[in-house]
Amino acid sequence: VIDAIFAHLPVLLIVLPLLAAPCCVLVGNARAAYLIALVVSVLTFSCSAALLSETLQHGVISYEIGDWAPPYGIEYRVDVFSGFVMAFVSGIGAIVLLYAPLSVQAEIPASKHYLFYATYLLCLTGLLGMCVTGDLFNVFVFLEISSLSAYALISLGRTRRAPLAAFQYLILGSIGATFILIGIGLLYQMTGTLNMADIAVRLPHEHGPRTILVAFAFLTTGLCVKMAVFPLHTWLPNAYTYAPTVVTCFIAATATKVSVYAFVRLIYGIITPGFAFDVLPLDTELMFFSLVGIFIASIAAIYQDNVKRLLAYSSVAQIGYMLLGIAMATPTGLSGGIVHMFNHALIKGGLFMVVGCFALRLGSVQLSDWKGAGRTMPWTATAWVIGGLGLIGVPLTAGFISKWLLLTSAFEAGRWSIALLMLLSSLLAVVYVWRVVETLFFSEPSATAATATEAPLRMLIPTYILIGATLVFGVWTPYSAGIAHAAALALLGGNP
Amino acid sequence: MTFESAAGLYNYWIVIFLMMTGFYIVLARKNLIKSVIGLNVFQTSVFLLYVTMGKVTGGTAPIVPPEIAAAQAHAAHGAEHGETVVNTASQIIYSNPLPSVLMLTAIVVGIATTALALALVVRIREDYGTVDEERILELDRGE
Repeated sequence: VIDAIFAHLPVLLIVLPLLAAPCCVLVGNARAAYLIALVVSVLTFSCSAALLSETLQHGVISYEIGDWAPPYGIEYRVDVFSGFVMAFVSGIGAIVLLYAPLSVQAEIPASKHYLFYATYLLCLTGLLGMCVTGDLFNVFVFLEISSLSAYALISLGRTRRAPLAAFQYLILGSIGATFILIGIGLLYQMTGTLNMADIAVRLPHEHGPRTILVAFAFLTTGLCVKMAVFPLHTWLPNAYTYAPTVVTCFIAATATKVSVYAFVRLIYGIITPGFAFDVLPLDTELMFFSLVGIFIASIAAIYQDNVKRLLAYSSVAQIGYMLLGIAMATPTGLSGGIVHMFNHALIKGGLFMVVGCFALRLGSVQLSDWKGAGRTMPWTATAWVIGGLGLIGVPLTAGFISKWLLLTSAFEAGRWSIALLMLLSSLLAVVYVWRVVETLFFSEPSATAATATEAPLRMLIPTYILIGATLVFGVWTPYSAGIAHAAALALLGGNP
Repeated sequence: MTFESAAGLYNYWIVIFLMMTGFYIVLARKNLIKSVIGLNVFQTSVFLLYVTMGKVTGGTAPIVPPEIAAAQAHAAHGAEHGETVVNTASQIIYSNPLPSVLMLTAIVVGIATTALALALVVRIREDYGTVDEERILELDRGE
């Protein structure tokens, strides 16, 4: 039996949360729905962890859905890269659920709790599906599953601006997804297949017809909307700000990262870096937009009074670092980009959890209402400090590992200006992280902050799991930078 | 490009026209409902793009005609007449069904998107009393 389960792990990863979601709706009870969601998300995490260790030992796992052989049937494909992304997405999915109940009670109307957990599982399904599938059209379908559930989750926010933010995200997100659909269609027209590995083999790269250029342009633009690359990031600040904090924790940590994953697959798995970076000047363009985005978004973050919006702008900036790594196309640079996906997911997930703790106790996410809260809620405030140090990239935190790899890669390539700009941009992160630290510890406590009590343990423990992980992965890297390096080598070596 | 070859691609011109119309409506319209309509037009143009790329000139729907299917059953019993019908069956040109099937999925996704978007518009209208984006932003500034 165990062997049979192991053989079907790639599809169980999708089927479990997909089937659990309607179960949550059917039981119709918040507590039961929560238990189902928690158990299933932990199971999903175990599945992806097992898959990751399997790929690390024995190489790529290919699973044929319904025993139809690829390229005719749909293939699920787990390699080191997708295994790594699935493992941290499902892991963070489980930890956020562990953290969720109290925050959900405070921020979402009670009648919608069971629907919240059902939608959450659907979103997780979509994100994992995008990673596991080897079929391009499947990527689109899973992208839409995760996006539609994300729009619904965001609209659950308390204020009337939440549905509006969700609507604006829906319009932009659907345009992005439709762009991706057009790109997939054009690639299919050129190759007659939807299996990604098969497309890569059949695509005429050198001086290929213009259709491929157009397909690549549509796919890149569509994914850039989903990744929230500057200047296509306009949906992100509102969506992150007005969504319930739990939703922001989950989406900020995972959704954009999975889109980055799809983008890396597109460049390294299908189009090949030779076409994207040598025939087309995409690397220069990506670096340009990344750096401009890093600076503008970081400066915008400095001027925010709403802490969720501050972190949202910081997310736009951090996506820039990942793209820098991807655009460098060297083993060090690419592994820096990949490991930053992981590190940033930990850091940003943890920081939004801290925001959730403060929101629960102080009833506000405005920085002016947080004055002096560090004295009455020292543990929560300390978590902010540690996470913030990670965001800046201080040594001994996870953020340092990825920035170090990116810097090394920039030096190796002789791109001194980029290295210098990256260091400068970290100073901007110091400013916006410090503004919050200063308010928390060095201001006279406001009336609410003076009477506030420490956040409940049920929220603090998951917060410290993520924040603690940023410290652990700051010094012990075989399972973060190590795997990312293996993934980068496979991506660069797989398609010479 | 001659006029004839341009006119021969008329299906693509329709796709491009619909695509640009829909895209423009989404970006230019401030009425939320009209944006949703624009989004639908935009998505529909992609459905047409897929369907048109699966069409093979002179091709028919990829279904075995009933008389040929029946004749094939006869051929299994060794009937002479059946053999020739099956031979003609292999001469029939079929269109590629896969893009159309893909579009069934995409249509479902499109319906889900539209339903969700309209549901959000209903909530926005309940809260703001209007579906005009500029008016909504004004109300928010006024807070």
